Amino acid sequence: MRRYFGRKLLIYIFTFVLAVTIDWLIPRFMPGNPIQILISRAGLKAESANLIYSYYMQAFGLNVPIWQQYLNFWNALFHGDFGISIWLFPQPVIQIIMRAVPFDVLLLLPAILVSWFAGNKFGAYAARSKWLDNTISPLGYILTATPYMWLGIVLGWLFGIILRILPFSGAYSYAMMPSLSWAFVGSLLEHWILPFASLFLVMFGGWAIGMRNMIIYELEADYSHYLEALGAPRKLIRQYAFRNAILPQITGLALQLGVIVAGALVTEIVFSYPGIGYLILQAIQNHDYFLLQGCFLFIIIGVLFANFAIDITYVLVDPRTRIGMQGEG
Amino acid sequence: MPQPKKKNEMLYFMLRNAKLRIGVAIVLIFVVLALVGPLLTKYQPRDYVAPGVEPPSSEFWFGTTSFGEDVFTQFVYGLRATFIVGLIGGGLGTLIGILIGFIAGYRGGIVDEILNMFTNIVLVIPSLVVLLIIAAYLEVRGFLFESIFIGFFAWPWAARAIRAQTFSLRSREFVDLARLSGMKPLKIIIKEIAPNMMSYLLLVYILQFGGAILTAATLDFIGLGPTNSVSLGLMMNNAVIYGALILGMWWWFIPPGLAITAIVGALYVTNVGLDEVFNPKLREM
Amino acid sequence: MSLQVENLKVYYQTLRGDVKALDGATFTVEDGEIMGLAGESGCGKSTFGNSLILLKPPMRFVGGRAKLDNEELPIWDMKKMNNFRFKKISTIPQYAMNAMNSTRKIGKMTSELLGSRKIDFKSTLPELKRRLDLVELSHDVLNMYPIELSGGMKQRMVMVLSTLMNPSLLIADEITSALDVSTQKAVAEMLVEFRDREFVKNLIVITHDISILYQIADSIMIMYAGKLAEKASTEVIMNSPRHPYTKLLISSLPDIGVKYSQKKLTGIPGKPPLLLDPPTGCRFRERCPVAFEKCLNEPSFIEIEKDHFVACWKGFEKNA
Repeated sequence: MRRYFGRKLLIYIFTFVLAVTIDWLIPRFMPGNPIQILISRAGLKAESANLIYSYYMQAFGLNVPIWQQYLNFWNALFHGDFGISIWLFPQPVIQIIMRAVPFDVLLLLPAILVSWFAGNKFGAYAARSKWLDNTISPLGYILTATPYMWLGIVLGWLFGIILRILPFSGAYSYAMMPSLSWAFVGSLLEHWILPFASLFLVMFGGWAIGMRNMIIYELEADYSHYLEALGAPRKLIRQYAFRNAILPQITGLALQLGVIVAGALVTEIVFSYPGIGYLILQAIQNHDYFLLQGCFLFIIIGVLFANFAIDITYVLVDPRTRIGMQGEG
Repeated sequence: MPQPKKKNEMLYFMLRNAKLRIGVAIVLIFVVLALVGPLLTKYQPRDYVAPGVEPPSSEFWFGTTSFGEDVFTQFVYGLRATFIVGLIGGGLGTLIGILIGFIAGYRGGIVDEILNMFTNIVLVIPSLVVLLIIAAYLEVRGFLFESIFIGFFAWPWAARAIRAQTFSLRSREFVDLARLSGMKPLKIIIKEIAPNMMSYLLLVYILQFGGAILTAATLDFIGLGPTNSVSLGLMMNNAVIYGALILGMWWWFIPPGLAITAIVGALYVTNVGLDEVFNPKLREM
Repeated sequence: MSLQVENLKVYYQTLRGDVKALDGATFTVEDGEIMGLAGESGCGKSTFGNSLILLKPPMRFVGGRAKLDNEELPIWDMKKMNNFRFKKISTIPQYAMNAMNSTRKIGKMTSELLGSRKIDFKSTLPELKRRLDLVELSHDVLNMYPIELSGGMKQRMVMVLSTLMNPSLLIADEITSALDVSTQKAVAEMLVEFRDREFVKNLIVITHDISILYQIADSIMIMYAGKLAEKASTEVIMNSPRHPYTKLLISSLPDIGVKYSQKKLTGIPGKPPLLLDPPTGCRFRERCPVAFEKCLNEPSFIEIEKDHFVACWKGFEKNA
């Protein structure tokens, strides 16, 4: 048990260090000095520009040697300091990100969980009969091949423009301020449906296809044949197949996290939904490298945590790993 | 009674498999369109051809954009871009995957452990975010860059699959036999293992191809694709930014996404069909 | 009460046509009899075993019948056969070591299996425990996962499970192939014990290892290329077989204590025919050392003396 988790932890730590280093490294090797761009945008005269420049260089810690910048970066990280935003100066990056997080959680958590459960269920149905397979499978393949942003566009166009029943921009009505009123919650949900749907549908397709294949594999296993030979009803055999097929789907979830992040990103852009994805777009457009870096780090940390949570879940659910590990002690 | 030769048998099953036929047919249609399309149009993607926001007509099959560009022209040139990125990006991903996956699977032991850890690390990092960061800082980007970037992050999937396959092949009897008879390792790889992997590598490449197309579409959509050319993702990006949604210009944003869905979907279905051909157990009676 | 099989034909459907894996088997197994079914790989013995209990595609029922305890077995009807499975006819499969679901505790799986077959687990539990004692398995296995058991232990557990309902007919398919010699002996003896204690009434042991049959079988039936070659009591088969194939099989067995420095250990040259388009006449004709013109006609499976059946023109002759 210790060895298994120890190894996983090692990978996560390595990944984190690598990601942080990449994050820190890239802006310093890329053409263009963010401070210069900021200053030129402000359109100042030469002397004042130089003053502001040196001030900013100090404020952003860019006036010390490289290795010290690296250590400062780590130091700041451990204090939860992700830097100051250039675009929304002088707001701290962490603050900006934190405002976006609730919207992401609201969108992603249900989308991932519901699509995972529903997709697996339907995938299992598909393995039951030829007729079901011929309807569910093609649908699954089409859905999983659909680019997230295109589905978002089509849904937004259909329901927002043609049918005019749902809004397709923002997280809540622009006329409102966030409050605990029913009206606000209603508006929130209204704006939430389309982004949720486009994420849900694509992921659903993927899980359905995957589960269908896993179940067929399980139904061909020796234990299924044995149960059949002993006259067990189809229901029991299917039940066992389902329980066994779900296990690799759990690890599959961990592997899909990168794809899900990408999907959420473009979906938020399509619907101007104020999550971290939309933030990233704005950071790029406004050359706010610190905000961009902060978002990147935040996402990495989130993904690593999610991975770890899934690892733990898997060990709890699959008896074989627990027994296997007891041997190692 | 003489048995039909192995090659003919394979061809026979390939032609019989409905999924394979449909999938390949769809992909071929788009390939032909990508090759021939630019010849059918006398414009360049960015030319001003007519007052903008025109729906499809007999003159402009896919209508025009907000800026009066011919959507059909953009579409067929964009198709070309899509296929190129899929080919190169998918190819690179497969190549790196073969290298790492095969070495890990064949050598085993500590080499496998290290390569596995490396693969897992790259796997965990959300590739798009890294691609974003890199692409955001580059002023000028070309096709080659995009393909290479995508390939550099797509390989873990291929590596894992190939490693697993190598493991299972390595411990098969005919390999043991070759090793016992004193065959040199390189010869074993070329003569015994490689032929059995060929079909599997094809399956892996098809998936990588499809994945590269989707990733490229995403990058292009965010505006971080190649700076000087048109692509299907970029078309959708422009459509959204310049209000195609609100103006109801469906002819601008439906074709690009539809094409990607069709191509990638067809690739997936082809993959399944090929798998059935190569693995008799999956074949239906 | 017994098993009576009449001209049973079961083919395999392939895209190139039907493989005539079991082409007309007729024989009887009496109550309390342990019959061994032996032959080379691909002779049809496993097809036979599977056809009785789980006849599903790509296997196809072509003709013939099988009666167990004077009741016709509707082997072509998967649904109707369910009434017989586990209770009247059961099997210890070839893959017995993987036959249990690896993610379920053995006891839980057993109770779910019994429950699904409308059998009360609680009342069966005492007998289950007694049988576990008989095969020297601790009661704790019910609380373990299959992965925690050794190969031999899993085998014994499956033996207990398959025979729990005291079936009339038990088909044991290559259950000793994957075991070491001492475990083979133990498992074989357990089978006999099951028969002696009447947990099973008729027992068919399918194997390619005749030496095991010599130890435990009352009668042996030899199959070749989908057809029955010879059937007789173990003693007769071992000492006075009539079919050339049987003779070659027996003589190819090494004797214990004999050194083969002078004589080479011989197998049977050649390969069995492909059953997609089997040769006319006797199927052993091409490898048979004593074949003659008559063998172009297929010999029937005839009782030449009491309880001794053979299908061979030469074998019909008295001094073969």
